[in-house]
Amino acid sequence: MVDDTRKSGWEHFPHQADIGIRGLGTTMEEAFEQAAVALTAVITDPRKVQPEQKINISCSGSDDELLFVDWLNCLLYEMAIRKCLFGRFEVSIEQDSRGPAKLLKAAAWGQKTDVSKHRPTVEVKAATYTALSVRKQENGRWVAQCVVDV
Amino acid sequence: MELKKLKKHSDYKWIIEPFGKMHVPAIIYADETLIRAMDEKVYEQATNVAALPGIVKASYVMPDAHWGYGFPIGGVAAFDADKGGVVSAGGVGFDIACGVRTLRTGLNIDDIQPVKTRLADLLAHKIPAGLGSTGKLRLNADRMDDMLAGGARWAVENGYGTSRDLTHIEEQGCTADAKPQYVSEQAKKRQRDEVGTLGSGNHYLEVQQITEIFDDKIAQIYGMEKDQILISIHCGSRGLGHQIGTDFLKKMVTAASSFGIELPERELACAPIKSTVGEQYLGAMRAGINCALANRQVLTHLLREAFAQLFPKAELILLYDVSHNTCKLEEHKINGQTKQLFVHRKGATRSFGPGHAGIPAKFKNAGQPVIIGGTMGTASYILAGTDESMSLSFGSSCHGAGRSMSRHQATRQWQGRDIVNSLASRGILVRSPSYRGVAEEAPGAYKDVSAVVEAAHQANLSRKVARMEPLVCIKG
Repeated sequence: MVDDTRKSGWEHFPHQADIGIRGLGTTMEEAFEQAAVALTAVITDPRKVQPEQKINISCSGSDDELLFVDWLNCLLYEMAIRKCLFGRFEVSIEQDSRGPAKLLKAAAWGQKTDVSKHRPTVEVKAATYTALSVRKQENGRWVAQCVVDV
Repeated sequence: MELKKLKKHSDYKWIIEPFGKMHVPAIIYADETLIRAMDEKVYEQATNVAALPGIVKASYVMPDAHWGYGFPIGGVAAFDADKGGVVSAGGVGFDIACGVRTLRTGLNIDDIQPVKTRLADLLAHKIPAGLGSTGKLRLNADRMDDMLAGGARWAVENGYGTSRDLTHIEEQGCTADAKPQYVSEQAKKRQRDEVGTLGSGNHYLEVQQITEIFDDKIAQIYGMEKDQILISIHCGSRGLGHQIGTDFLKKMVTAASSFGIELPERELACAPIKSTVGEQYLGAMRAGINCALANRQVLTHLLREAFAQLFPKAELILLYDVSHNTCKLEEHKINGQTKQLFVHRKGATRSFGPGHAGIPAKFKNAGQPVIIGGTMGTASYILAGTDESMSLSFGSSCHGAGRSMSRHQATRQWQGRDIVNSLASRGILVRSPSYRGVAEEAPGAYKDVSAVVEAAHQANLSRKVARMEPLVCIKG
């Protein structure tokens, strides 16, 4: 899934009971977007999800890693209550002018879950703090990853 | 896990003596083969738990343990609130009160065989399973809070099942002191239409045949005979429980440093029992337990309705309902003194022995049924709680086979369609909305459940009573 000639992409990594998701990008925002695609890929093939509706998400976190987990958990919440899957994401992150926290604003495009089309594999219960990391690699590429509980 | 890091106490009991910040030892109940197959992370997590404030006696590891979130899955630990003891959202997990209930059908294998395919299709049709599935119930705010306070009792009051069912559920189907007001609106919103749904992942509804009885006396008390048909339901507190876990893990991670608690990993997030966030979590988590109990009760009703279409005279009698992701306030004897302790069981089943006040009177000579789920291709087991488990593991035993292989690896190794076909050729009918889901849950991705059960039996955590093999499996 990750093409080293490009700087962005996503992949899964193994965990004994659950599954790890990893997004890579030229910016932290892009890594967060790609990790969200990786999250959808735990459930279905993201290419099968049509961008029929757009939703807005915002959240905050006291550091990059907590912000990342919160972003994924906000997405899981929206997926659960809307019965939707999302395949495309746009993320922007800025410093909270009122304090040390970071603020995330995002748009997600997707559609209602269609069992016959999407054949959802599992429901993701939560993004966790296990194997959690948000960092810029030496080659300048951003990596955002954690294990999700299924 | 490397054996040389452990001190052997017996073939089935191994000890990690306290070192570093550990307040108590870690004790692993398993045989050499199971321990060798355990992830090193289990060692790390068991010793991390032993370093939490107010832990009593030991950090216990069950034979099916694997790498979890903060606590190992298959971890048991008790805390004393008067000694700064903590409650941990990671120690309960994201699927609060996930558990298994088993029902007796009074039917025999010969009754089922001729209609097995029809039964599989009917159950797949009637039991909401998999992502996005919804139940028939729609709960507004008031009814939601009633459900969270009442558990399976609420379900029975609303026509789902009988009062006889309640006597065969841990805590009579309702956990006291649930505080729905501490459950977030988001959590409640996720649950509005999810009561009476199975979920996905390793959750299932299974029709099983009893293939062996190990203990005639206890089997008789439980009303079980060879070749009889049982039905087991494995599921939890659905979206509400997942959201409570998410919400409070975040709160506890942020709050831990203010309590002077140093977390070796964030997932071990916890708070003193006697703190606002600790008390709020306990109240919300108990509401999550009640949600799981209500969910399994409503599913039981759906199962009975479906079953009645094929077997109008069959009576489905609840054997017992156990939860394996909980923190419960229980009385335990420590150095001859009775203490109130908060016992975390993360992927561990309560295993109260004969005569314990907390089990149905009918089981007073047997101990509570301990239900161990296998995979869709292997056996499940009924065991009985033991007196010894009270001193060995705060009355706890294992909960399932436990994974030995990642989902990632499983999907590379197996095709879901091949698994369904090969199980069908062995007489096991699997119904699932997703072949990939089946591949991820491949029987080969799990430890040998029989070895896990044997270790629990040999370690005296629980006694083997019966083995069941699957005939029909509805996967989420």
